[in-house]
Amino acid sequence: MIPSAFSFYKPDNLQKAINLIADFGDEGRVIAGGHSLIPVMKQRLTDIKHLIDLSAINELKGIKIKGSSISIGAMTTQVELITNAELFKVAPVIREASLQIADPQVRNLGTIGGNVANGDPANDMPGLMQLLDATYTINGKNGVREIKAREFYEGAYFTAREDDEILVSISFNSPIGGYAYEKQKRKIGDYATAAAGVILSVDNGVCSSASIALTNLSDTPIYCSDAVSMLIGKQIDDSLLSEVTKSCVEQSDPVADQRGPVEFKKYVAGIVVNKALNRAFDRS
Amino acid sequence: MEKINVSMKVNGKNENLSVEPRTLLVHALREHLEYTGAHIGCSSSHCGACTVDMNGKSVKSCTIFAPQAEGADILTVEGIGTPDKLHVIQEMFKEHHGLQCGYCTPGMIMRSYRFLQENPNPTEEEVRFGISGNLCRCTGYQNIVKSIMAAADKLREESNIEKKEIA
Repeated sequence: MIPSAFSFYKPDNLQKAINLIADFGDEGRVIAGGHSLIPVMKQRLTDIKHLIDLSAINELKGIKIKGSSISIGAMTTQVELITNAELFKVAPVIREASLQIADPQVRNLGTIGGNVANGDPANDMPGLMQLLDATYTINGKNGVREIKAREFYEGAYFTAREDDEILVSISFNSPIGGYAYEKQKRKIGDYATAAAGVILSVDNGVCSSASIALTNLSDTPIYCSDAVSMLIGKQIDDSLLSEVTKSCVEQSDPVADQRGPVEFKKYVAGIVVNKALNRAFDRS
Repeated sequence: MEKINVSMKVNGKNENLSVEPRTLLVHALREHLEYTGAHIGCSSSHCGACTVDMNGKSVKSCTIFAPQAEGADILTVEGIGTPDKLHVIQEMFKEHHGLQCGYCTPGMIMRSYRFLQENPNPTEEEVRFGISGNLCRCTGYQNIVKSIMAAADKLREESNIEKKEIA
């Protein structure tokens, strides 16, 4: 499978990339790891005339940790997220989720920026960013702006990023408490049939803070705000966790596809949410 | 059609190519440089038959455009052994019947080559996770895992002997 022809650019700083994307308009696209973009180019589902490779831009790379605040450059690969010992200390849920993405070769090239900016509801990082209440920094010819991950996703492949903007980094605070990212998939390398992330802190059996997010259970990732308010301030026991699970499943809105009918996906959603809640509670 | 110059090192040799930007790395290797070891299986980054080593990492060469590999150091199965002098991993695949039709084998070998450097003393489960990006439709993986475990043992023995000789 061979994509249609395009011209190729490899700018060595961010300003050059911004100028190129501003000049090309919707005929230009940036490429990060390429493991979502190249497959759709090969299937000719997209018509790109100018491809701008971001891999030579050092400003887009690296993981910065200052106390509890964490900033990750868009071009940081999944394998870097997995192997960075400092990041694991302050946000272990990232390693747990990243190890469930694709396979070793794909994780060597796939980036966090590509994964969150693509807007594919099946990608795991957008759900993870709902969980962490992350903020995306976006840069374009009209300047820099920040947008919350929880406000970024508008529909499948539709996001708040404009065509002439580049997502440059992701920032969030170190999560407190127990964590889990639970993913049900048919095989390694597959997208989630359903996946759920949970962060939970508990004082004397009472939930003091929580976050819950779902992947591939709607046309956007879901932050389960109702379920979170059911948890906070309550004594945690099995019956509360099943009520919370029920609320998350109610918030999901999956579509039938090769991974199963809607009823099955909602059933699996209940299982992954409940498993993630229990594992996060055990680790809290 | 617009062409672009790409230079890279392949199996230790500097190569300069003039290719269309849309040329995939696997096509550049197979058709322009005649390294046909990297196979095209699914061409959609699922099967791993096209796996090569790029700058010390396993990658699927069907999902990289040749200009993205500008300046890269590439190793294909042709670069790790020859018919007269097989690499230990190749020997062990031969000895333990780690292949049937052989189509996935160059990808399996190249992934094992890098995986055993990342983890020289793996458990069977770690081997299976390590090669989870490579599909085999013949063997059911049993003998592939056996071959890699045997290669791990051999490579560790060799490196212990080397360490003793230096000491």
